[in-house]
Amino acid sequence: MIKTDALIIGAGPTGLFTAHQLKLIGLNCEVVDNLDKIGGQCIELYPDKPIYDIPAVPECTGEELTNNLINQLKPFDIKFHLNERVEKVKKENDNWLVKTNNGTSFSTPNVIIAGGVGSFEPRKFSPQECEKFENKSLFYSVKDKKIFKGKTVSIFGGGDSALDWAVELSKECSVNLIHRRDEFRGAQATIDKVHQLAKDGKINLFTQYQMATVKGDKNLESIDIKHDNNEIKNLKTDYVLGFFGLIMQLGPIANWGLNIDKKTIEVDTEKFETNQKGIYAVGDICNYPGKLKLILSGFHEGALAARACFKLARPNEKYRFEFTTSSKTIKERLGVKGD
Amino acid sequence: MAKITYITHDNQKHEVEVQNGLTVMEGAVQNDIPGIDADCGGGMACATCHVYVKEDWFNKIPKKEDGEEDMLDMAFEPKTNSRLSCQIVVSDEIDGLEVSIPSKQA
Repeated sequence: MIKTDALIIGAGPTGLFTAHQLKLIGLNCEVVDNLDKIGGQCIELYPDKPIYDIPAVPECTGEELTNNLINQLKPFDIKFHLNERVEKVKKENDNWLVKTNNGTSFSTPNVIIAGGVGSFEPRKFSPQECEKFENKSLFYSVKDKKIFKGKTVSIFGGGDSALDWAVELSKECSVNLIHRRDEFRGAQATIDKVHQLAKDGKINLFTQYQMATVKGDKNLESIDIKHDNNEIKNLKTDYVLGFFGLIMQLGPIANWGLNIDKKTIEVDTEKFETNQKGIYAVGDICNYPGKLKLILSGFHEGALAARACFKLARPNEKYRFEFTTSSKTIKERLGVKGD
Repeated sequence: MAKITYITHDNQKHEVEVQNGLTVMEGAVQNDIPGIDADCGGGMACATCHVYVKEDWFNKIPKKEDGEEDMLDMAFEPKTNSRLSCQIVVSDEIDGLEVSIPSKQA
């Protein structure tokens, strides 16, 4: 059980700056994120896209913004729990007991949800029958490529993940690559390689086809794929891989007894607290009259929520407002020399 | 102003007047049309505002720009008449447009 003054859910820009604000006022915190890296939407959805409305930063990409925020946290020791999704939040005396899907548990008076639009989950195949084989012979990511050795693998998708795995698995498996249109959107070198492998008969390429259905009783036996002109083709296959990117799902947050409206959580604008004492929501996921879904609003919301956390984490102390330019205590926390 | 008809997965027609300059996605969100979540807020980064444009309208509206087709690869059951509704700007010319929302998105 990890005891902390505040637990932040979400390592996007808002979560990162909220962590900074907590540490600055002398509280400790830990951060959980479902993704395998820090940065949230900035790093997952638009790492290369320029952003023009961060105060005092005329232009930066999602990746640059993330790196700058990580740099700003350098003076502090903050533990990130990546690849973990918070599943349960339960009240225990004055604290919240928080559990992740990996079994990590936290006890904290303050939970700050900086969850953007929820957690990123793989986008799945539409036909319902696919669920039956999920994680048995149908996957949305590859954990152990050895299981495919000598088998037939049907890969769906047109981006880098689909192309990279088609190239890689073609060495030791029979590969079908299925995509909804003729153009692929991966790195040019990989696309060229796939076309070469298709020419050499190492990859069976099916374009303008999509998944129609999966067949098999206990084990997956074959799949039907459907051409744009409605023609159906049946392919014998042992495994299916789908790479359609990620989608955002609110996930377990919906079950924590919070006031939720259209995937957003209602908060007050003094502490950014939800209807549950000690649970706050900041950034894109919170909602209040006049809410703007801008990164700069998330920074403001996080700063105020951090001050509210102080009251619950240090009930016997009084919070004193200080400037970073002049406070000796803050400078000590930052590890910089005073004047 | 243009009248836009959104057909939801249950075959219900929702006719709404949308102001010029807004997008078809914004028209849906402002009128609580189910199935258009627009998670990324119009940044062409999520494909949750994917719609099918009625055939006779598909060639009349402005064409897709770079990136939209790539994003449509990620949408649920894309078809040849698929568009991201955040990329269709409302004007008098598209008065009467009909779009339907994929059932899996609801």
